Amino acid sequence: MKSSVIIFPGSNCDRDMDVALKKFGFKNKMVWHNDNVIPKSDLVVLPGGFSYGDYLRCGSIAAKSNIINSVIEFANKGGLVIGICNGFQILIETGLVTGALLRNKYLKFICKNIFVKANKTHNKYFNKIKKDILELHIAHNDGNYFCSQDDLKSMQDNDQIAVRYCDSNGEISENSNPNGSIQNIAGVF
Amino acid sequence: MVLKKDEYKKICELLKRNPNLTELGIFSAMWNEHCSYKSSKKHLKKLNTKGKKVIQGPGENAGVIDIGDDDAIVFKIESHNHPSFIEPYQGAATGVGGILRDVFTMGARPIANLNSIHFGSPSNKKTKSLLRGVVQGIGGYGNCIGVPTIAGQTSFDESYNGNILVNAMTLGLVKKDRIFYSKAAGLNKPVIYVGSKTGRDGIHGASMASAKFDDKIEEKKPTVQVGDPFTEKLLLEACLELMRDDSIIAIQDMGAAGLTSSSVEMASKGKLGIELHLDKVPCREENMSPYEIMLSESQERMLIVLENGKEKKAKEIFDKWNLDFSVIGKTTNSKNIELYFEKNKVANIPIDLLSEEAPEYDRKWKKSKLPQKIKFTKKDFKNLKIIDVLKKILASPNVCSKEWIWEQYDHTVMGDTIQKPGGDAGVVRVHGSEKAIAATVDSSASYCYAHPLSGGKQIVCETWRNLICVGAEPIAITNCLNFGNPEKPENMGEFVECVEGLNEASKYLNFPVVSGNVSFYNETKDKGIKPTPTIGGVGLIKNYKDMITMDLKEIGNIILVVGKTEGHLDQSIFAKEVLNEKKGPPPEINLFNEKNNGETILKLIKDKLIRSAHDVSLGGIMTGIAKMCIKGKKGINFYKYKGLIDKFEFFFSEDQGRYIIEVKKENIDKVKKILDKNSNHYDLIGEIIEGNISINDEPTLSVDKLADYNKDWLNKFMVN
Repeated sequence: MKSSVIIFPGSNCDRDMDVALKKFGFKNKMVWHNDNVIPKSDLVVLPGGFSYGDYLRCGSIAAKSNIINSVIEFANKGGLVIGICNGFQILIETGLVTGALLRNKYLKFICKNIFVKANKTHNKYFNKIKKDILELHIAHNDGNYFCSQDDLKSMQDNDQIAVRYCDSNGEISENSNPNGSIQNIAGVF
Repeated sequence: MVLKKDEYKKICELLKRNPNLTELGIFSAMWNEHCSYKSSKKHLKKLNTKGKKVIQGPGENAGVIDIGDDDAIVFKIESHNHPSFIEPYQGAATGVGGILRDVFTMGARPIANLNSIHFGSPSNKKTKSLLRGVVQGIGGYGNCIGVPTIAGQTSFDESYNGNILVNAMTLGLVKKDRIFYSKAAGLNKPVIYVGSKTGRDGIHGASMASAKFDDKIEEKKPTVQVGDPFTEKLLLEACLELMRDDSIIAIQDMGAAGLTSSSVEMASKGKLGIELHLDKVPCREENMSPYEIMLSESQERMLIVLENGKEKKAKEIFDKWNLDFSVIGKTTNSKNIELYFEKNKVANIPIDLLSEEAPEYDRKWKKSKLPQKIKFTKKDFKNLKIIDVLKKILASPNVCSKEWIWEQYDHTVMGDTIQKPGGDAGVVRVHGSEKAIAATVDSSASYCYAHPLSGGKQIVCETWRNLICVGAEPIAITNCLNFGNPEKPENMGEFVECVEGLNEASKYLNFPVVSGNVSFYNETKDKGIKPTPTIGGVGLIKNYKDMITMDLKEIGNIILVVGKTEGHLDQSIFAKEVLNEKKGPPPEINLFNEKNNGETILKLIKDKLIRSAHDVSLGGIMTGIAKMCIKGKKGINFYKYKGLIDKFEFFFSEDQGRYIIEVKKENIDKVKKILDKNSNHYDLIGEIIEGNISINDEPTLSVDKLADYNKDWLNKFMVN
C-alpha cells in the first residue's frame, strides 16, 4: 500500500504520521505543499500542526494551497483521505467534510488523554478494531465541532459519525465532552 | 539608554572622541547588564563548568553535553521577566522563541521545552491576568512550533507582585559532529541576514531588562518584542536544512540587542572585524534609522557567516521557506565594526571596546547570617490533626496541582514524550533509539531568601534528586539567576552567596553548569524580589524501559523513606501555611548524604527493585506520599509512628536528601540489605491499600477527595 503525507509550512505531526504509516507497512512519501500533484497513493494524510501558522482561521490558508486541488480531486474520485487535528481542520475548510470547528468551550488549548467510542464497529474502516472504547490524545484550541441540524441528521442516517467523546466506561455525556463538540462528535467519515 | 555618567566618560576616552547616536546606542546595548554581565562576571568565573560529558560550557548560545552514540544534547535556560510583566502574552511567548533559537542555532532540533514561572500573591489584583497571559503565551508559541512542553514549575509569592519571573528552557538533539558555533573565521566571508524583517519592536529591550521598574511602566510597552511562532518554525526548518552541509562558518541568533550583539559577538569571538550595510537589512517599516535597525529586537532573525560561493544555495533554501535572505556585509581584518547607511559610514567602533573593554564591576556585597532556629514545641501542634494539615497543604497555592497550566501546553507533540508534566521530571525518548532524556526545572526562593548559601546548594540537590526519581543519571545543569538590584549590597550578597552555594553542590555532585543567564534589577519602586536562582537539570536514561514514575503501582507494596528525617520545620510549607511562622533557617544540606542516597536509589532503580519513587520536598513526607497516592489512585495504611521526634515534625519537615520509594514485599529484604550496606538511613512507612489514606487513630480520607483538594484551588482561582 502506498501513502502520501502532505507537509504544509507549520505542520508538526508529519514525522509522526510517517513513522506510524511505515509501521503499518505503508510505503510512505512526504509531499510538499507547493507541489501540484500527489504521487500515486492508496491513502493521503493531512497531518496535525499549525499549517501557515493557522493565521486567519485554522486550516483556511492550507485549504487554498497548491497541492490541495489534487487532494480534493483524489477524494472526489473515491480516494481515501485522513485528516487528523489540523488536517481535519483543513478538510473542513476545503468543504470535503461538513461542519465547522469553533474555539473550545472553555476557550483554552487542551492537551490531554480522552476516551472515544467508535459508533459502529461493523463498517469497513473499524471492523478490525478489537475494542470500541479507545483512549486517545487530543491537543487543540479549536476542536469544538459544529454543524447544522440537517447535516447532523444526514450524517446520522448515513452512519457517518465515526467516534464520539465518552468516559472510560463508554458513557457519552456532557462531562465527557472536552471541547463542546455537538453530540460529542470527535471524528466523522 | 541606561548608561551611567562615568560609563559615558569611559566611552569618550576609549574612542578618543564623542560617539554619535548610533554608536552610543551600540555601546548602551553591549554594556548593559544583560549583554555584558558586568556585575556578575567576577562571580560566574568561579562556576564549575567542566566535566567528562561536557562538550560546550557557558559562552556559546547554549551548553552541549555528550549522551553517547555520537548524540549530544544542547540546552539552556533564559529569563524573560521584564517584558512578561509589561505584556504577559508576548513577553512569555518571545521568551520561549528566544530560547528555542539559542538551541537550534547550534544545529540541534529542539525536542523539549520547560519553564519556571513565578507570580505575586494570589490576592494581588494583577496575578490572575498575568498568569493567564503568561500561560497562553508559552502555550501559543511552543504549541505552534511543535515542541512539547514536558515539565515546569509555578510559584506564588508576594515578592513577585511587581516583578513576575518567566524562565524558559529548551533542549535540543544534535549529532556530535554537527554542532554549529558562533565564532566567525576567515576574511571577506559573506555575512547573511535571514528570517523575519526588522521592525521597530523591542528597541532597547535588553537595556530595559537591565533597569528597574517605576510608575511609568506602561510607557515601556514598545520595548516588548512581538513573537511569530510560525515564522520561527520556518526558520528552524530552513536553518536545519542549510546545516546539512558545510556552508555555515558561524551562526548566531538575533536575540537581546539584535543585530548589534549578534554581529559584535561573532566578530569578537573570531578576533575579526565586520562590515555591515544597513540599507540591505530587510525592514518591515519605512524610514528606519541605523540606530533603530541596530537595536531592534524583532524576533525570528539569524545572522550567518557563510563560506564564499554558498550564497546561491543558501538563498534557495530560505526562498523555499518563504523567508527573507540578504547578504548585508562581510568579515574584515579591521577588528572594528563598521556600519554603512546610504553610502555614509555611520559607525566605526573597535570591537574590543564593546566586549573586552566593557565595564566589569566588583560590587559591594553583604554576607548573610544564618537565622536563628525556631523552637517548636508540642504546644504548637496541639489541636492539629494530620489529615487536616495535609488537606490545607495540598490546597495551598505552591503545592496544589498545576494541571490547569500544563493542560494548555502541548506536551506530546513529536510523539516521544514518555513522562508528562506533573511528575518529578519530564522525559522524552531520543527518537528512534532506546535512550531517553529527563529534564527538570527547580527553584526555592524562600530557602534562598532565608539563607542564600544553603538555598543555592539546595536547588542543585533538588534538581539532581528529581532526575534520579525518574531513573535518570544526572549529567549537567543550566542556571537562570533572577535577583534584585546588584547595586544594593544585600541583593548583591544574595547573588554571590547563592552562586557560591550552587557551585559547591555542583562540584560535589559532579553536576557541572553548561549554560545560563543572569537577570538583575527585578525590582519595582525599590522593592526587589526574593533571590530566585532557577536550575534546569538534564539526565540520561540509557533504556527508556527503565524509567519510573511517582504514581503508586500495586496494592500490598511497601513504602519506605530513604534518608534521615530530622524534623526541620523552619521555612517549611507547614510552618508557613499552618503555624504562620515565616522565620528560621532553611533545611541544611549534607552533600555526602545527598550523593550517597541518590546513588543508591539509582542503583535500586537499575536493579528493578523500585516500583515508584518521589523525592521529599515541599510539605514533607506526608505531602509527597499523598501526591503519589493521588497519581496512582491508590491509598496507604501508615504503620504506627514510633519515632523520637514529634509526628508533625516527622511527617511535614523538609529535611533534604530524602526519597519515598515503593518496593514489592518480596524484595524488601534485598532492598534493606543494599541500603544497610551503603549506610543509607531508611524508615518503613506503610503499605499500599485501595483508595484511602489511613493514619493510625485518625479518620480515613478517600484519595479521590484528596485529589479534589489538590486540584480545585487553581481551577477555582482561575475561573472566578
